[in-house]
Amino acid sequence: MGKTTQSGSTISTPSVNLMASMDEATSSCAIQPVDPKAIYEKPGYKLYSFVDKFVKTDTGFIPVIKSKLDKNDLVSTFFVRCGVNRYQYRVTPGLYGIGKPNKNSEVLVTANFKLTFDHLRKELGKINAWILVLDTKGINVWCAAGKGTFSTMEIVKRVKECFLDKIVDHKRIIVPQLGATGVSARDVKKQSGFRVIYGPVRASDIPMFLKNSKKADKQMRQATFTIYERFILTPVELQNTLKPALITALVLLIIAGIGPGIFSFAHIWERGMISILALVTGILSGALITPVLLPFIPPREFALKGIISGSVVSILFLIMGSSIIGGITGFMALFLFSIAISSFLAMNFTGTTPFTSPSGVEKEMKRYIPAQLGALVISSGLWIYSAF
Amino acid sequence: MEDLKLRHLKDVSTLVLDKERCIGCSLCTEVCPQAVFEMQDNKAHIVDFDACMECGACVNNCPSQAISVSPGVG
Repeated sequence: MGKTTQSGSTISTPSVNLMASMDEATSSCAIQPVDPKAIYEKPGYKLYSFVDKFVKTDTGFIPVIKSKLDKNDLVSTFFVRCGVNRYQYRVTPGLYGIGKPNKNSEVLVTANFKLTFDHLRKELGKINAWILVLDTKGINVWCAAGKGTFSTMEIVKRVKECFLDKIVDHKRIIVPQLGATGVSARDVKKQSGFRVIYGPVRASDIPMFLKNSKKADKQMRQATFTIYERFILTPVELQNTLKPALITALVLLIIAGIGPGIFSFAHIWERGMISILALVTGILSGALITPVLLPFIPPREFALKGIISGSVVSILFLIMGSSIIGGITGFMALFLFSIAISSFLAMNFTGTTPFTSPSGVEKEMKRYIPAQLGALVISSGLWIYSAF
Repeated sequence: MEDLKLRHLKDVSTLVLDKERCIGCSLCTEVCPQAVFEMQDNKAHIVDFDACMECGACVNNCPSQAISVSPGVG
């Protein structure tokens, strides 16, 4: 004990100068401004960086959030778009404010997926409002509405838990239109007393919607799927193929070893690589090119779209590698293989679009999965045969 | 370029509108993200059947149970 005290006091003795800059450092520490948000800190809690301050209401302090995204938000957005930890990207559900909310401010309901939350606050700019964040398990509004977490029950529960009737003097909440899949406006009114007004599909239309005395025109009510909206979804599509693709690649390497004579490594390398390239071509065609060019590839069936884009892309690629493939049989094998992959992944993209119905997808799958499997079996046979 | 309206298969949706039951509240035209409905003579009409994606927003919000969709597992 005594020793510690002694050594401690030695260090702090003014005569001992451990570093030349120590005095300076001490003085610059002294003028460090106090973080104004430090007053909101509580032991065991961490303040979200998007919280600007707190506003006092009849129910206590409510966090007021920034409408501007910072660097961290943008970096996280990038990673989530690439599929990194996207199911853990959440905001704590509950009531938030933005701007200078008061008793007459509108209440905007949203999901607790941070990407959704960021999108909303960014578009609100200088609007004063309350934001009621539902617990959708980190899923966006539309998908959560389909899965039942963005629901009548959840709205009613949050409205009551946040004592919304004490926060605002009116009795209305603005629910994003895409939430309607999981919400009954009538039941919300019956169970909470709050009237649901369906807001526009896109957060970017909210300022105009509010200015138009909460009326959305036809365009605000329609879901779009622009080339940018399609492109931004493709990294996750590609990421989803990663694991099965690695397993397939291993199988392809093993198959490449089958041939006349002994198991040869040179053989595995050449035929393995070219077949893996056929796999990659199929993946890029089905999960990237088809989604991006979606409306420009004529047929309505996604599986067919995938066959068309797969044919074009793989022909180009196979001609380049024709010297290694050796013969028309091998060529046909890889061509079929690549197209089957492209067709399957293109069909898989129906789950991501805003215009395919479950009935339509079911019909397509019943028709095309057997064809895709058949193509896979035939191409494997041809590929092995072509080695002999 | 983006004016090409995206469409999936024809005649697959299980959407059914019972015009007898429709009370003309127009909520279905408000919640549908695909502009499937339009109001004509104070009744909802299906004007774009193949655009329906069976999301069920109209069904949930119709006050008179005039609309139904019954997709399978999906």
